[in-house]
Amino acid sequence: MTAVELGIPRRLLEFTIDGESVRAPEGSTILDACRAAGKDVPTLCQGDTLTPKNACRVCVVEVEGSRTLVPACSRKAEPGMEVRTDTERARHSRKVVIELLASSVDLSTTPRIEEWIAEYDAKPDRFGPDAERLGEEPRVDNDLYVRDYDKCILCYKCVDACGDQWQNTFAIAVAGRGFDARIAVEHDAPLTDSACVYCGNCVEVCPTGALSFKSEFDMRAAGTWNEAAQTETTTVCAYCGVGCNLTLHVQDNEIVKVTSPHDNPVTHGNLCIKGRFGYQHVQNRD
Amino acid sequence: MDLRFGDSKPTDEERAAVDALLGPPESAWEAPAGEWVDRSDADLRWARGGRAARDRRDQLLPGLHAINDRVGWISEGALAYLCRRLTVPPAEAYGVATFYSMFSMRPRPSAVLHVCTDLACAGASGGLPDVPGVHVEESPCLGMCERAPAALLVRAGASASATPLAPFRGLAPDPAPRSPEGLEHAEAGQAVPQLGSPDLVLLRRIGTVDPASLDDYRAHGGYAALRRAFALGPAGVIREVTDAGLVGRGGAAFPTGRKWQATAAQPDGPHYLVCNADESEPGTFKDRVVMEGDPYALVESMTIAAYATGAHHGYLYLRGEYPTALARMSHAIEQARARGLLGDDILGQGFSFDIEIRRGAGAYICGEETALFQSIEGYRGEPRSKPPFPVEKGLFGKPTAANNVETLVNVLPILTLGAPAYAAVGTGRSTGPKLFCVSGAVERPGVYELPFGATLGDLLALAGTPNPLRAILLGGAAGGFVRPDELDIPLTFEGTREAGTTLGSGVVMTFDDTLPLPRILLRIAQFFREESCGQCVPCRVGTVRQQEALERIAAREGIAADDDIALLREVGRTMRDASICGLGQTAWNAIESAIDRLGAYAS
Repeated sequence: MTAVELGIPRRLLEFTIDGESVRAPEGSTILDACRAAGKDVPTLCQGDTLTPKNACRVCVVEVEGSRTLVPACSRKAEPGMEVRTDTERARHSRKVVIELLASSVDLSTTPRIEEWIAEYDAKPDRFGPDAERLGEEPRVDNDLYVRDYDKCILCYKCVDACGDQWQNTFAIAVAGRGFDARIAVEHDAPLTDSACVYCGNCVEVCPTGALSFKSEFDMRAAGTWNEAAQTETTTVCAYCGVGCNLTLHVQDNEIVKVTSPHDNPVTHGNLCIKGRFGYQHVQNRD
Repeated sequence: MDLRFGDSKPTDEERAAVDALLGPPESAWEAPAGEWVDRSDADLRWARGGRAARDRRDQLLPGLHAINDRVGWISEGALAYLCRRLTVPPAEAYGVATFYSMFSMRPRPSAVLHVCTDLACAGASGGLPDVPGVHVEESPCLGMCERAPAALLVRAGASASATPLAPFRGLAPDPAPRSPEGLEHAEAGQAVPQLGSPDLVLLRRIGTVDPASLDDYRAHGGYAALRRAFALGPAGVIREVTDAGLVGRGGAAFPTGRKWQATAAQPDGPHYLVCNADESEPGTFKDRVVMEGDPYALVESMTIAAYATGAHHGYLYLRGEYPTALARMSHAIEQARARGLLGDDILGQGFSFDIEIRRGAGAYICGEETALFQSIEGYRGEPRSKPPFPVEKGLFGKPTAANNVETLVNVLPILTLGAPAYAAVGTGRSTGPKLFCVSGAVERPGVYELPFGATLGDLLALAGTPNPLRAILLGGAAGGFVRPDELDIPLTFEGTREAGTTLGSGVVMTFDDTLPLPRILLRIAQFFREESCGQCVPCRVGTVRQQEALERIAAREGIAADDDIALLREVGRTMRDASICGLGQTAWNAIESAIDRLGAYAS
């Protein structure tokens, strides 16, 4: 849902983005307006189905009169605001933030990051070979999904999806602080000892692949994961009568993972354990 | 919510600690795991829950303190029991408990010695001592810089205690706990070198009034300001504070009258008053001295602030490292309540107000006002995005006026002297008296009170400057260094701004040449790295990269250091521009000023 959701009629606010006059419905964020105006502002922690946490700071823009840069994803547009998305100052911050991220975690499975690294001329290596990294082993403690915190940028999306924004299970939270902060269940136990109900909604919203389907994780490890060869088919889940939409990702005639369309008005991309993970019976050839 | 609390049980001691805070469980559903056999028929038909149960989330931090104070650490069973009682998800409670440095999630000895290794103490201490049976750990600034080096001995148990040890000269193998009540009340006066001077306004009672006696406070002019406030009415108080030109003393210098007016005008309710006594800026200890030496002054000024802003409930968020201030303030609040100076009908004026103390647990970030709200509410002390501002949506999402201790106690002279007389003190834009925390290499460290407009040199002349004077840090770790030849900088908000530095919270820390500058800078970088909450990328990773670069160039200078200094500038600029809150935005200030003003790393 990158387009501005219309809902009930709202007043239009008038302000400028990069000198051009734009109009956006009251309540929209600067990012909504930028996207509607065709500006490409990078985002990582912003999620189309979640309230932005504005933690990653790659979407920062300049707003006239503001001492610091402001996160486009969460700052509401105001009438008369003068927004500049592509100044040297904003570009500098985005570049360094991307460098800081890429130097501390593994972004190899983050969509579009290569493109942004090139666009902002980011050089994650320049902090030297001894720059501290997370350097954690993937946690494989169940058959459904894998937590690879070496890829985690602490965007809080999984916490929000598991907590009061969607799932209301509250199985995970951020623990520790500073560079040592990690997503964790209580006492950093294995997932199987936690409150996790394996809905996989955290996997659905993860922007970096830190949370991934066990099937995808195993295929990547075996070198057989090939996104280009996959087809996606959206269908209706047959387990119950709610009618959730499933998108089946199929490679070589096998379902390799199941996602859900975020613009579905019933589920907004959320599923339960059966819809998300219970697809083996479809491909049981016996 | 369908919460899963696990099946680990609390020990009897842990359960007693939680029950002492929350009362016994009302239903067997709240009882410790595994004791389901105790459930009665009524329990099987009824369970406490819903909003009433979840609304106690703000008891999470006090609950964690209760367990940590009794046992010394927080076990799985204890956390699960606390979560069950408060219907807090265990993962979130674990996230909160691991956020604070004074809590441990692993077993440790019941005695913990926190040894300050921050700026003022770094020069004076001899490193970490080794004491059998005592867990010794490094601590950020303990706020006792005038008596450096400082340490804090925390003992868990049924009669838990925390004992400040300053100056710290080692520990006997089994030190006897010293109760804060047993301290001589003149001790607070020892931090005030100007004691007895007739010019003192804010500090005039400290060291002369008995901080335990409400009568003594009244005999020294206490509660005259509150009477005047009632005579003026809430709008009148705000007008006086506005006319007096009072601005926040915590570092941001926001006009207090405007903040109060904006809070008072909010139609949403209830309104809250928050006193920020989480004074964790390295080098700052003035709020501690005020609370220890003149606690009723803070009770009275909080009452006035609440009256003006329409708040009936106030929180005093006091940092966990201040046991003496905690004891003094608790006693003062109890006494005021017993004498009708807090409660339902204050001074017979029909105004009701009460103060609740919340104890922090070791996190510098909780001095940021929105992080402080999160901490009180039982969440991780991570700052929230502004806007919305606290006057609109603050504590519990309600209109909140948040002021620090020094700002609030300035309200007393404003009301007793009147706004014009108060505004006549100081300069045009920085009015009134100002407290300065002078520490480091000076002859008479302590809290000084001077009218705004005095110069850095005037202040250091009072404190006795070292020879040679190498550098002066203004405003603490988040402030900036100035050179010894810049002593004519006026100590006002506008004067320091014009000089390209900051007054911050009023820290003036001096350094002679005994401590190498790179080591001081490294300590500052380490401080910010350890105190970053970790929420936003520029601060979480930037503070680490800053420390790494400083470590690399610790022994280098000139051209050899140039590339790392360029790197520091780029990362520093990003932290300043793109961090969510003031911690990340200021984490580069002191280091930048040391490079640019002091010529650190120049050949």
